[in-house]
Amino acid sequence: MSQPLAVIGLSVYIIASCALAYLFPQSVLAFLLVESSLLLLYYAQVSGRTKIILGATVLLLLLPALGTLNAYYLEIAVQIGIFVALALGLNIVVGFVGLLNLGFVAFFAIGAYLWAIFGSPHANQFIPGGLFPLSPNWFFVFLILSVVVGALTGALLGLPVLRLRGDYLAIVTLGFAEVVRALVNNLDKPVNLTNGPRGIAPIGKPPLFFKPLLEYFGLEIADAALYPMYFYFLVLLIVFLIILVTQRLENSRVGRAWKAIREDEIAAIAMGVPVVRMKLLGFAVGASFASAVGVLFAAKQVFINPESFTFMESIGVLAMVILGGMGSVPGAILGATGVTILNLQLLKGLSLWLNGLRQSGAVLSLPLLGDLPLANLPAQFEPAKYERMVFGLILILMMIFRPQGVLPPKQEPRK
Amino acid sequence: MYALIALGYTMVYGVLEFINFAHSEIFVLGAFVGVEVLLLLESAGQLATLHPAAILLLVIVTGMVISGLAAMALERIAYRPLMGGPRLVALISAIGASFFLQDALRLFESLWRNTFYLNYPSLEFLDKNIPITTALVIPVKSLLVIITALLTLVGLHIFVNKTKMGTGIRAVAQDPDTASLMGVPVNRVIALTFFVGGALGGLAGVLFGIHYSLVNPYSGFIPGMKAFTAAVLGGIGNIPGAMVGGMLLGLLEAFAASYLSLLTDGAFGAEYKDVVAFLVLILILIFRPKGLLGETVRESKA
Repeated sequence: MSQPLAVIGLSVYIIASCALAYLFPQSVLAFLLVESSLLLLYYAQVSGRTKIILGATVLLLLLPALGTLNAYYLEIAVQIGIFVALALGLNIVVGFVGLLNLGFVAFFAIGAYLWAIFGSPHANQFIPGGLFPLSPNWFFVFLILSVVVGALTGALLGLPVLRLRGDYLAIVTLGFAEVVRALVNNLDKPVNLTNGPRGIAPIGKPPLFFKPLLEYFGLEIADAALYPMYFYFLVLLIVFLIILVTQRLENSRVGRAWKAIREDEIAAIAMGVPVVRMKLLGFAVGASFASAVGVLFAAKQVFINPESFTFMESIGVLAMVILGGMGSVPGAILGATGVTILNLQLLKGLSLWLNGLRQSGAVLSLPLLGDLPLANLPAQFEPAKYERMVFGLILILMMIFRPQGVLPPKQEPRK
Repeated sequence: MYALIALGYTMVYGVLEFINFAHSEIFVLGAFVGVEVLLLLESAGQLATLHPAAILLLVIVTGMVISGLAAMALERIAYRPLMGGPRLVALISAIGASFFLQDALRLFESLWRNTFYLNYPSLEFLDKNIPITTALVIPVKSLLVIITALLTLVGLHIFVNKTKMGTGIRAVAQDPDTASLMGVPVNRVIALTFFVGGALGGLAGVLFGIHYSLVNPYSGFIPGMKAFTAAVLGGIGNIPGAMVGGMLLGLLEAFAASYLSLLTDGAFGAEYKDVVAFLVLILILIFRPKGLLGETVRESKA
């Protein structure tokens, strides 16, 4: 396809899908079409600048505009953004350095609880003075603080365990995540730090510092309508920053050292790569990403409890990285988007559809088994509840048939 | 209890140097097979008429055989195609298999029984207690677990060290390439190892089910982790080590559960026993990765 044609085709596709989503604001399918335009864009044979312009239009203008019609779109987009950021963080550890971290969600939890404890009235319970909740302006301070704390805990965990071999490391990180979860679950006494399984609420939201500006332009938007949009742009910004940092790292001395370690640790040592320091750095960078997103997650959810940070989430993020391709930034983004959509939209949609069929009394005719009235299907049979099965299948099938992932990293020749 | 599951890990690890993440699901599968057999017997009205020992034997043997076969199938489908590749690949596949099995089991039980939390029917002869003194009473269930574990240990020891297949297993564990040159059918031996490991997992599962009487598809995760800890504690790949590790960990946890709150003035209670177990795992791996009875773990590339 020649260039101008491709640009026109893409634009038509984007406009058509957006129009569909505009006409059917509740349709999952229409939204999927809008989202897939970004994927098409990635593959399209057009110049980098056109890609950026078109991509920015979709992300910055069209999606938020659709979000005003159906806030659920923005909610999904924010979720996707959070998981993209997590997947990018894990991608550094698993993809670049080649260390399997099964406890990644622990760092996410640390970030989330960091803001949850101090951004809600909860901290008053162990720090006297009635200082809390901190004003929303502290949100950004904590965002930066969480990067530091995440990096520190990552390094702290990494320091003793990085001498271990790959599979032992996996188990230890898994154990670490379980310890963190058990601590969060039980630290409501002797000092009530985390409020145990009941969780913490309400957690402060980030400040609406731009509100006066909007009012200056005569835009009066209720806070409730403003927040989804705000979170969307915040997530977009964070993901953008993370991508930037990742790409800079990937093509730096550090990134090359990481890949050397992944490919052959002994050769890397022989070449003078400070292996332990580099591994620690990888661990810390990945952890700091997760922790920063955790702060955002806590602010978005308003309520968090230990249930949000189970082993399941770690595996989910791992499945995203594997699906997209270990060590590939576009891969991690694609994997995170794909798995999140699968989880939030496709499986749920399938469940709803099945439920609808069940209630309408439809009969499924199977060639061998005869007629099966769907109303007889047990209520337990809901695809949305079987995400473990889906994740498991993704992991096994990808490992057997395409271990390098859907979008494997490009092997650019080194000069 | 942990010792039994740990034996299964050790069997597979010892041969392949590969952590079978799905072992905890094989274990749960055993528990489910056990409960199904008992429920079927109950609905057939045989539970009261058959001899207790016959029931027990039937449940245990079915549980072991089915779990063993499942482990073999798992090896064939999810692991064997990956054995030549990097270690990480097989590990991830194992984790995937573990998750897949959890939900597959749940799906099956949901369709079959309409619930996936199953209760073991109570067996009267197992609910008795044997009084040693007035203060010390041993429930038959616990005795059953202990005796089975010891018998298994002895049986396994003989199997690995005295039989021809056992020699094959040890040969493959030392060096698969050389073993295959010597005429050992490596793939068959590996499959056999998975069968034995799976059967042990199934046995542990049945006993777990009988002991705690409630099972669900996700109940394998924590025991699985702890059994792994036990295997590491005793020295992974080492059969008596797994036993010792399991017992030590069990004791440690029991003490943690009862004395932690006394030691810390009630600040930390029994809810921290899981934390203690995992901390033990992390500490052991850091300071003595070869375990208490283990040989040195070879420093090989990940």
